[in-house]
Amino acid sequence: MIKRSLVMFVILSMLIVGLSIGAYAQDPEYGGTFVFGRGGDSVGLDPIQVTDGESFKVTQQIYDNLVQYEPGTTDVIPALAKEWDVSEDGKTWTFYLRENAMFHDGNPVNAEAVKWNFDRWRFEDHEYHIGGEFIYYGYMFGGFPGVIEEVNVVDEYTVEFVLNKTQAPFLNNLAMVPFGISSPVAVKKWGEDYFKHPVGSGAFKFVEWQEGNRVVVEANEDYWGGRPYLDKVVFRSIPDNAARFMELQAGTIDMMDGVSPEDVESIKTAEDLNLLLRPSMNVGYFAMNFSMPPFDDPLVRKAFNHAINKEALIGAFYAGLAEPAKNPMPPSIWGYNDAIEPYEYNPEKAKELLAEAGYEDGFEFDLWYMPVPRPYMPQGKFIAQAIQNFLSQVGVTANLVSYDWGTYLDKTRNEEAQTYLLGWTGDNGDPDNFLYVLLDKTNSDNAYESEELHEVLVEAQRTIDKDKRIELYKEAQEIIHEDAPWVPLVHSTPPLALKPMVKNYIPNPTSTEKFKDVWLDQ
Amino acid sequence: MFNYIIKRIVALIPIIIGVSIIVFLLIHLIPGDPAQTMLGERATEETVQRLREQMGLNDPLYAQFGRFFKNLLRGDLGRSITSNNPVAVEISQRFPATLELSIFAIVFAVLVGVPAGILAATKQNSWFDNLSMLVALIGVSMPIFWLGLMFIWLFAVTLGWFPPSSRMSVGVVFEPITNLYLLDSIIQLNYLAFIDALRHLVLPGIALGTIPMAIIARMTRSSMLEVLKQDYIRTAYAKGLVKRVVVYKHALKNAMVPIITVVGLQFGVLLGGAVLTETIFSWPGLGKYLVDAIYARDFPVVQGGILFFAIVFVLVNLVVDLSYATIDPRIQYN
Amino acid sequence: MNLNNPWFEAWKRLRKSKIGLAGIAIIFILVAVAIFAPLIAPYSPIEQDIMSRYQAPSQRHLLGTDEMGRDILSRIIYGSRISLQVGLFSIGLALVIGVTLGLIAGYYGGYLDMIIMRIMDIMLAFPSVLLAIAIVAILGPQLKNAMLAIGIINIPRFARIIRSSTITIKEDEFISAARVLGAGDFRIILKHLLPNAMAPLIVQTTLSIATAILEAAALSFLGLGAQPPTPEWGAMLSDARSSLQKAPWVMTFPGMAIIFGVLGFNLLGDGLRDALDPKMKNV
Repeated sequence: MIKRSLVMFVILSMLIVGLSIGAYAQDPEYGGTFVFGRGGDSVGLDPIQVTDGESFKVTQQIYDNLVQYEPGTTDVIPALAKEWDVSEDGKTWTFYLRENAMFHDGNPVNAEAVKWNFDRWRFEDHEYHIGGEFIYYGYMFGGFPGVIEEVNVVDEYTVEFVLNKTQAPFLNNLAMVPFGISSPVAVKKWGEDYFKHPVGSGAFKFVEWQEGNRVVVEANEDYWGGRPYLDKVVFRSIPDNAARFMELQAGTIDMMDGVSPEDVESIKTAEDLNLLLRPSMNVGYFAMNFSMPPFDDPLVRKAFNHAINKEALIGAFYAGLAEPAKNPMPPSIWGYNDAIEPYEYNPEKAKELLAEAGYEDGFEFDLWYMPVPRPYMPQGKFIAQAIQNFLSQVGVTANLVSYDWGTYLDKTRNEEAQTYLLGWTGDNGDPDNFLYVLLDKTNSDNAYESEELHEVLVEAQRTIDKDKRIELYKEAQEIIHEDAPWVPLVHSTPPLALKPMVKNYIPNPTSTEKFKDVWLDQ
Repeated sequence: MFNYIIKRIVALIPIIIGVSIIVFLLIHLIPGDPAQTMLGERATEETVQRLREQMGLNDPLYAQFGRFFKNLLRGDLGRSITSNNPVAVEISQRFPATLELSIFAIVFAVLVGVPAGILAATKQNSWFDNLSMLVALIGVSMPIFWLGLMFIWLFAVTLGWFPPSSRMSVGVVFEPITNLYLLDSIIQLNYLAFIDALRHLVLPGIALGTIPMAIIARMTRSSMLEVLKQDYIRTAYAKGLVKRVVVYKHALKNAMVPIITVVGLQFGVLLGGAVLTETIFSWPGLGKYLVDAIYARDFPVVQGGILFFAIVFVLVNLVVDLSYATIDPRIQYN
Repeated sequence: MNLNNPWFEAWKRLRKSKIGLAGIAIIFILVAVAIFAPLIAPYSPIEQDIMSRYQAPSQRHLLGTDEMGRDILSRIIYGSRISLQVGLFSIGLALVIGVTLGLIAGYYGGYLDMIIMRIMDIMLAFPSVLLAIAIVAILGPQLKNAMLAIGIINIPRFARIIRSSTITIKEDEFISAARVLGAGDFRIILKHLLPNAMAPLIVQTTLSIATAILEAAALSFLGLGAQPPTPEWGAMLSDARSSLQKAPWVMTFPGMAIIFGVLGFNLLGDGLRDALDPKMKNV
């Protein structure tokens, strides 16, 4: 007996040592080319001019911001700024820059350069406010020049921002990919064409961009944070999800995003492929238009909330990689109101509510679904059909409608859709970025115009104290739950597929991440 | 001959004007605008309006058309809204991919279709004739996107013989010059790149070439049959010429006019019809790009691209007409 | 019945043509399946069961189930209705408009002819897939709009056929005679010009139905035609792309159904051409 347990002990300890050698004791290796397969080409490589994830994936590698998100979270950590202060009133921010950061063209990243970037973005009459619309600046900082009243160079490596009103998520906003700092010399040199010749100070330098095909970046040997492990990164665009997956299986790419739920099972069982989950910071929803009867009736909206089986949707169309939503914002964001009691799946109750609203014989309506896969809803067409089916079980008939993506957005924005599927991926981890952006009366697309909600949300924007903001957002979620403008469907955890040789890839909830610490086990 | 060419080219002008007007109207009738598509979920009323203003989309339609047409006369197709590149550059980057694919497809179609058609005609009503004509009929009845998918499933996924998509593998070191990859790799004596490019061409090329192959085989057979019935062929036989000589020297030459017509027409159709094949095989060609541009409301690209296709189509027809003369000296142009 | 009637002659020839008969047989099967779909289909074409998606072919589901757990065989059976409808409606539209334009152009000649035929040339110069996509993008992706788009892109072919046959016979003596006898334009067109163009027209119509079915399938495949849960053959393929590896049967069978249907009209078209007009080129 003793002998046996001794043998067991030896075997076990050997196993543990072996495992830890395999899993932990491995030192990162330098070198190698990392090929990332994605669904589309970048639109441009000047981060302030673009809004699409495919552009951000690349500019994320080339540029540094003043501050950045900690890998895997939306917590802000130092980047070009090694530390910062904020004044009592929350209106003056001072950033102390690190002194060893250089742009890829050899110019120093100093307070002048930072100021020049912000001036270019915020002043419409700036000489280099050209080459696009600076959309994200206006969007996050409230127009041009917006909340940033002054940018002052205090000394060579200290820069000060003076705001004209407090902005609660200011620091989080600065960490967003669009606000990467460009080399002023390069912007001046290339003018309108700068988006094809990006120069930042990031861990990777731009090499080439074959449009419609690939973007290549290489290691920045002089990076202030130390040289990245990878020699080269190739971003390849392969629009079709199925084709991209085949390339991964064939080994011509090392990693891909936009994994179709149909392929999750085979990735899990394949020995030479791993599955990685991006932390969820999104919501997929079914919205009902208040201006189109019968959806002006809260009973009908609540009935719909009871009629849709979210668990079944997740099992069938997300390969289980999602959680049912009860609020318009995901639980990963602070201020989430977990006390909300969800409308449970209960067709009988739905029927009762419909009868109470005077629709015991049902009705017909249009249900719009998006034509393209989105991270929060990879198969809108399938989900629409399943919802159609759920609703037919409570006696209402949905006619499915779709347009191409541009028209779809245009028409839903104009509140032309009776009911529609849509969703949102968070930008900066702030509740305002979900609740105000999607449901405030100034923004909602389904004619949902609650004064009560508006007051709470605006109050929360003006408040700097986080605890107070949490209270306000929880209140907002109660109001929304009671009004039921949507059926919140899911918060998905978008899957990524990669080869086991890719190490230390940490997905960020904001849907892009830096590859500096990624390495290949060759 | 020269006058004829000039006349044909002059006749092109009203067609080009017509095409540009229709394209312009069509694309501006589509609801939604580029701003919307570019911004995705993040479009707000304000940003969309600013973008529209900057793109000149708030001007009256006739003013926009005037601007477009004035630039067109100077040979300027404008700039793409999404990429900000000149449309001419965008087209010149992508058209070679479509051209290469179409050439491969038409070469495949001719190499298989013409011999099959001749053989079928010389052995009329044999099992070969019946079988090849049945295959050809199924060929013209086939949805090419389905054939492409079956190819991918069978030859790429299951057997792994050919790559499922794109034009070249990532690892291959290759610097395109003309963007016709086969040609470029030959010029550079880059053997690896040539093989790789060829392997990528096989599945989409054959998928795209199947329908023209079937049509060409049927056309070859029927025009050969007709020629073989003519008096002078009978005379040739009577003079004691060997069958092979008769078929290839006399009959084929005369059957060539309708065959060339069909090849030319099919080539023109291929150039425009590669859209589905390019979509399925993620082939970075002009057809797929234009479909994406329609969805993205990239007005300048759609206008320029369709105009370009239309001109190519008409020019191919012209070349086909001219080639009759070289084959059949009896044809006169006036 | 007058045995010298050219139509009777044609029918006699068609009866002897193996391919023509094969085409008729296929179309007959197709029509029968479409009419009796509810009796033949083992399941409802839209009844879903998301717990049993992607089931391989088995005794319960002869051709397996699709991405929503629907029976593929039943969907293919009901799909025949849609493909026939698409072929007939869209080509009917092209026929009516194309023939009218062609007759006007051929009969009146002059400026009218030039304008109409220039427009036809312009339409032919468009890559037809792109034209159809643009039209559907304007009208919105629905089956009826796809049919409309296919109808429009097929107009020029009909207009050209009718115009050329009209031009060749309008100077004939019997036309002038009819005019002298006081027949109006409308009567001449209807009584004399149209019947003369009948043979090529019938052939063209049959072959065009085949292409129309293919074109509709292509549009639906791109998501621009029939909307779910309509069991359109092309639309069934568009969703099968993501399950290519997992469930190849979802893609295989609807494709075969398309080939079968299109082949029927192509065979009949060939047979008709041989029967009606032996001089026509066999393309």
